[in-house]
Amino acid sequence: MQFGILVNEGPYTHQASDSAYLFARTAIEKGHTVPRIFFYHDGVNNSTRLATPPQDDRNVSARWSKLAADHGVDLVVCVAAAQRRGINDDVLAPGFRISGLGQLVEMGIQYDRLVTFGD
Amino acid sequence: MSDMDEMDEGSGIVKKFMFLNRKAPHGTVYALEGLEVVLITAAFDQDVSMVFTDDGVYQLMKGIDTKGIEVKDFSKTYRALEGYDIEKLYVDQASLDARGLTEDDLIVDVTVLAVDEMANLMAEQDVVISF
Repeated sequence: MQFGILVNEGPYTHQASDSAYLFARTAIEKGHTVPRIFFYHDGVNNSTRLATPPQDDRNVSARWSKLAADHGVDLVVCVAAAQRRGINDDVLAPGFRISGLGQLVEMGIQYDRLVTFGD
Repeated sequence: MSDMDEMDEGSGIVKKFMFLNRKAPHGTVYALEGLEVVLITAAFDQDVSMVFTDDGVYQLMKGIDTKGIEVKDFSKTYRALEGYDIEKLYVDQASLDARGLTEDDLIVDVTVLAVDEMANLMAEQDVVISF
């Protein structure tokens, strides 16, 4: 099955992006595909390469980048939400790209399921 | 309009998208940014429904004035939805009742549904996005 994933919360404050990551990784392990993950609202904050969490904690953005590198997942950050929050191409971690909301709608149209992670 | 350019225009697929609005219009950004997704989805010629439930019913209240909190008042966008062919607006009866509201307190025409009717409507959808 093809899953699209929508992440609506930033890292660390909320568990939503952890849950989204674990869902995506597990779905892929089980033989499903996750062609694209879309980051909206404070979810755009998952995409910054400037975060430096303590070494004994998970690094959320680095983990997303690895998922993209290992499985070709397209990590898309909403441009309007990103601009509000100071996220631009200069701060993006590897594997992320900035684009429009049409990319989210397209996931809903094309994939078997769209799963939202947020509050 | 770059969103449109990126779209596979040849797909011609129309799915039933429901947007579930659960939060008050102010206090968090969900209602404002959620509306953006609704408008884009309509621009992709999809079958769009909006549901207002829990504190989401406050999004449609008459007489919203944001001057005191110095944030944008996007309340009039709900009245413009018809112009985007977004005419399926549903409100949860119990959410209105719990807040002492009636249809007369709302700025747009809506269909008020009991919880079991709402459940049936949700079951018919292809995609449900909750803000």
